[in-house]
Amino acid sequence: MYNKVTAEDVKILREMIASDRVLEPGKFSVDYARDELGSITHMPEVLVRAMSTAEVAFVMRYANEHKIPVVVRGAGTGLVGGSVALYGGIMLELVGMNKILELDEDNLTVTVQPGVRLMELSAFVEKRGYFYPPDPGEKSASIGGNISTNAGGMRAVKYGVTRDFVRALTVVLPTGEVVQFGGKVVKNSTGYAMKDLMIGSEGTLGVITEAILKVLPLPRVSVSLLVPFPSMEAAIETVPVLVRGKTALTAIEFMERETILFAEEFLGKKFPDSKAPAYLLLTADGNDRAVVDAELGRVADLCIECGAIDALIVDTDERKQPVWSARGAFLEGIKASTTEMDECDVVVPRNRVADFVRYTHEVAAQLGVRIPSFGHAGDGNLHVYICRDDLPQHKWESVLAEAFRLLYDRAREMNGLVSGEHGIGYAKKRYMEETYGETQLRVMRGIKAAFDPNNILNPGKIV
Amino acid sequence: MNILVCVKQVPGTNQVEVDPETGVLKRDNVESKLNPYDLFALEMAFQLAAETDGAVKTLSMGPPQARAALEETLWMGASEGVLLSDRKFGGADVVATAAALELGARQMMPFDVIFCGKQTTDGDTAQVGPELAERLGIEHAANVAEIVKVEDGALTVVVDLDDAKQTLRIKTPCLLTVEKDANVPRLPSYKRKKAMTEDQIRVLSCADLPDADESKLGLKGSLTRVEKIFPPEKNELNERISGTPQDAASRLYALLRGRKLV
Repeated sequence: MYNKVTAEDVKILREMIASDRVLEPGKFSVDYARDELGSITHMPEVLVRAMSTAEVAFVMRYANEHKIPVVVRGAGTGLVGGSVALYGGIMLELVGMNKILELDEDNLTVTVQPGVRLMELSAFVEKRGYFYPPDPGEKSASIGGNISTNAGGMRAVKYGVTRDFVRALTVVLPTGEVVQFGGKVVKNSTGYAMKDLMIGSEGTLGVITEAILKVLPLPRVSVSLLVPFPSMEAAIETVPVLVRGKTALTAIEFMERETILFAEEFLGKKFPDSKAPAYLLLTADGNDRAVVDAELGRVADLCIECGAIDALIVDTDERKQPVWSARGAFLEGIKASTTEMDECDVVVPRNRVADFVRYTHEVAAQLGVRIPSFGHAGDGNLHVYICRDDLPQHKWESVLAEAFRLLYDRAREMNGLVSGEHGIGYAKKRYMEETYGETQLRVMRGIKAAFDPNNILNPGKIV
Repeated sequence: MNILVCVKQVPGTNQVEVDPETGVLKRDNVESKLNPYDLFALEMAFQLAAETDGAVKTLSMGPPQARAALEETLWMGASEGVLLSDRKFGGADVVATAAALELGARQMMPFDVIFCGKQTTDGDTAQVGPELAERLGIEHAANVAEIVKVEDGALTVVVDLDDAKQTLRIKTPCLLTVEKDANVPRLPSYKRKKAMTEDQIRVLSCADLPDADESKLGLKGSLTRVEKIFPPEKNELNERISGTPQDAASRLYALLRGRKLV
């Protein structure tokens, strides 16, 4: 159904792009066959390192005419196989398009190329007194990837997710045509929400080659509380109390002691407190330290009423650093603690988080497998990891399938959804199909066909 | 053991800017905080106190608002604090600062160990601790990374000399300045913050210190004068690594290792 990449194709691509940016297998790392989770692998037939919208447009037009599949890759930090070239073909790498093009202080926007890394973007705007709130744990991810998965992160409780900070996208369609969806406008009731359709489409509808993002003035103060609890239940049951208590928190993160110990082991650094079985990490920001302190005082009182052991104050750079660096290393820490793992990035209504975490413990006991978790308790998005440890291959496969079935079934019963921020990619398609059903899938397939009539862009993903 | 920790309030950001024209620190809108190096001294003090069933008191010199730094030490675990605050203490260099701290420390006797941070993020001299020990006539060790043994009348400590480690047995009472990253400092407790009472911190002026000799304190007692403050020259090192993949990898590993990043 697809054509293989021929020597002639490579020759033409080299002529039109640049010979040193069109690479054949053997000339690029096997890492291009996988993303960060690595359970699905397939090598592309050629790697093209594009440096401009025009180059991307040429590749798409050529691939569309010759029925060659194309998969776009950013920093490769995805967790659902979204950037794996399942059908071979061309891998279009955009990390070289990594310029921050403009900070528009009149319109409060920053214009970036897709290969800019999240940490570079936040450092750039913060240095100039602005704030790009989306804050996924993986700071080395590219902004193009963040948009493609609608990444969320820790500040979603107050600020929302990547979708809420995208004003416009320059997109190369699978046919090679270039369009701009959205604009430097605050309001937009002009036709279908095409920009929003692109966000979270995981590189299946078009190639994002430029993005105009919204920024906010940088809050002057940000203070966190690390709140130890005597049990997982006590910690997580405090979350709805904080939500109902009309608290103005930017982040409500949940973590268990075991996960903290894995991060300590992985980083070789101690967390400031790891004695309690479970913790909430709560953050408030603002422009006045006294106001932020007063709000956090109210939050601390609520936590203590709910059984918290104490509330530890994380206020200065040197106090924030060990806490947030450990928080950023949870995934790596758990990964390093086992032989293999797979993850479930489920999202449930916030008032069901406690029930869901409790259920992960039940599933772990029932299947005799370790299932550590952590997550964004304040927005209902949990990261649940099924660890292989010393299970033999056949047993691991059946345990994993059963664990996923149980967890996604329960999430569905709770009116939750399959993915909060990592996406569907290849790995979670089945669970999304079960959740959405045939009618929704038919509409989604129709959208895909409207954008990509020859189904050459990231085939085999989402729908 | 009775333990005293000397602390200082410093500007709240690690990126203090110096006005290149006037040479004055830009303190506008800069909040204050506890000197980051002091956090390691406090943690070592709390651990030693827990091990020996002792108590930690804290001492600082500074303007009235420096009380906040002492309050924070109470939230972390200290039982009481003394702030030396008087215009007469102002403008003190290393010698005059140590002179004032000596008077304060004598008000808080007895103690077995005094801890100080290795240095401060604003003054950066790393001399106040040892100078204070000299004035009190007690033994001292700087850059202490670890206390390995506690005996009656003595401590065995490991001192980090950058390229070597030295193990010392030191008689108490003594003064130790604590190396950066010697431990992971505990976080201030909201419960302790709420439970704190006003009288846990005493503010002493020059008149409250019986043996105070004003000529030895503050600007008057300082043997050095600040002539000029200027930002250090910016020096961005940039090394390009080339050679075979093996050589380049070894060089990169050595660089990261040298910076303790791996």
